[in-house]
Amino acid sequence: MRLLRNIGTYSIMIGKVFGRFTRWSVMKGLIIKEIDSLIIGSIGIVSFISFFVGGVVAIQTALNLNNPLLPKNLIGFATRQSVILEFAPTFISVIMAGKVGSFITSSLGTMRVTEQIDALKVMGINTYNYLIFPKIVALLLYPFIITISMFLGIFGGYVASIYGGFCSSGDFIEGIQLDFIPFHVSYAFVKTAFFAFILATIPSYHGYFLKGGALEVGKASTTSFVWTSVLIIVTNYIITQLLLTS
Amino acid sequence: MITIKNLNKTFAGVVVLNDISTEFENGKTNLIIGQSGSGKTVLLKCILGLFGIDSGEIFFDNKSFQKMNIKQRSIIRQEIGMVFQGSALFDSMTVEENIMFPMQMLTRKSFEEMEVKANQVINRVNLINTNKKLPSEISGGMQKRVAIARAIVMNPKYLFCDEPNSGLDPKTSTIIDNLIQEITEEYEITTIINTHDMNSVMEIGEKVLFLENGNKGWEGTNKEVFNTDNQTVSNFIYSSNLFKKVQKVYRNENNN
Repeated sequence: MRLLRNIGTYSIMIGKVFGRFTRWSVMKGLIIKEIDSLIIGSIGIVSFISFFVGGVVAIQTALNLNNPLLPKNLIGFATRQSVILEFAPTFISVIMAGKVGSFITSSLGTMRVTEQIDALKVMGINTYNYLIFPKIVALLLYPFIITISMFLGIFGGYVASIYGGFCSSGDFIEGIQLDFIPFHVSYAFVKTAFFAFILATIPSYHGYFLKGGALEVGKASTTSFVWTSVLIIVTNYIITQLLLTS
Repeated sequence: MITIKNLNKTFAGVVVLNDISTEFENGKTNLIIGQSGSGKTVLLKCILGLFGIDSGEIFFDNKSFQKMNIKQRSIIRQEIGMVFQGSALFDSMTVEENIMFPMQMLTRKSFEEMEVKANQVINRVNLINTNKKLPSEISGGMQKRVAIARAIVMNPKYLFCDEPNSGLDPKTSTIIDNLIQEITEEYEITTIINTHDMNSVMEIGEKVLFLENGNKGWEGTNKEVFNTDNQTVSNFIYSSNLFKKVQKVYRNENNN
């Protein structure tokens, strides 16, 4: 029952986000601010994680290729497939649910607790559009982060393979070109677009409708992270089933 | 003028406001008093439309708020200024930006015009050298002044204040009270203040509405409130030793 009520409230919220628009001269400033905090502010951590996880994927693949008959270019191949198909879009999105999601929930939650949202409402402002729409627009640039993650993940794998002595540069580059299916990149970006919407709206919902004080802000951030991650994983499964198995 | 007719509000089956009817006249400082949990803030938020009501009607200058469409409500809201209990200033904006914000959102004034108007109200509330500071960098009393400045920058017809003295020392409380009263007279606005500060009742309350467990316990002028026979109101007002002494002085003066 509670779940149904939450789904209903969430749907109404989404409808209102696209209702009565905030003046463009104000909105463009809000969008730039959100791009700075949600997208630009995440590049560092995403780059760091992508580079090292890409490296670890390459090392683990190399260590499991015990059979001398298996070609070394499989290291590059496996790294590319893991990074493009799963690591960059899904794993990074779960990390972003922690970083960006918690930020959104706690900032909106604090605005709720300190009556800043009420202050906006009293002025006759569509608070849903003013507060949530810029986040959705900013996260339209989320595929940009995933592109960086894909590149750095594969580059990390390359560096780890070469400096670890697992394969030659030629083998790795041959591997990442082997049986390349461009649709896999499209599939990854389709997933990313869905995840971006989830990342913008689920944490906003948890922050906007928060009730209570400072303690509840902390609890809401955790709940928001859990639900955002769950939805990302479930959506990932559904999209994979729809796009890769047909 | 704001008129409330038979207003009822419940939260999860618990009656918070029960059949409240009253009138707040133009150009007057109206006070809503009562113990914590008596429904003062809920009443204020119902009038503002922040909480939906179960039944009853609220009229702004004889126009029913409940019968208004979104656009009409939006116009009414532009005529309302609100000072929240915790000031509710936007953390990421400077004092000046906070004050300019309603104009930015609701008018087509140029930046220069907005800056001039913002500086006018900043001077009116006696804020000095704070324009470029963030709310976290100024004192609680100054934050209240900024909140008042933001509330009056659009020249509202109605000013609502939710416990404007909470967390302030007695001297700053008096300054804020006086500022609100001066602004009410100067701008000829209808001011409604939620408070349990008896000093405010004594100094600035022209009309007093006493709420008791969500019911209208009493209403009258601030002169009447100190001489009322209503025991509940009397107990509430004279609950502190200081005010018990004030009561004696007040009654002696009246007897003489």
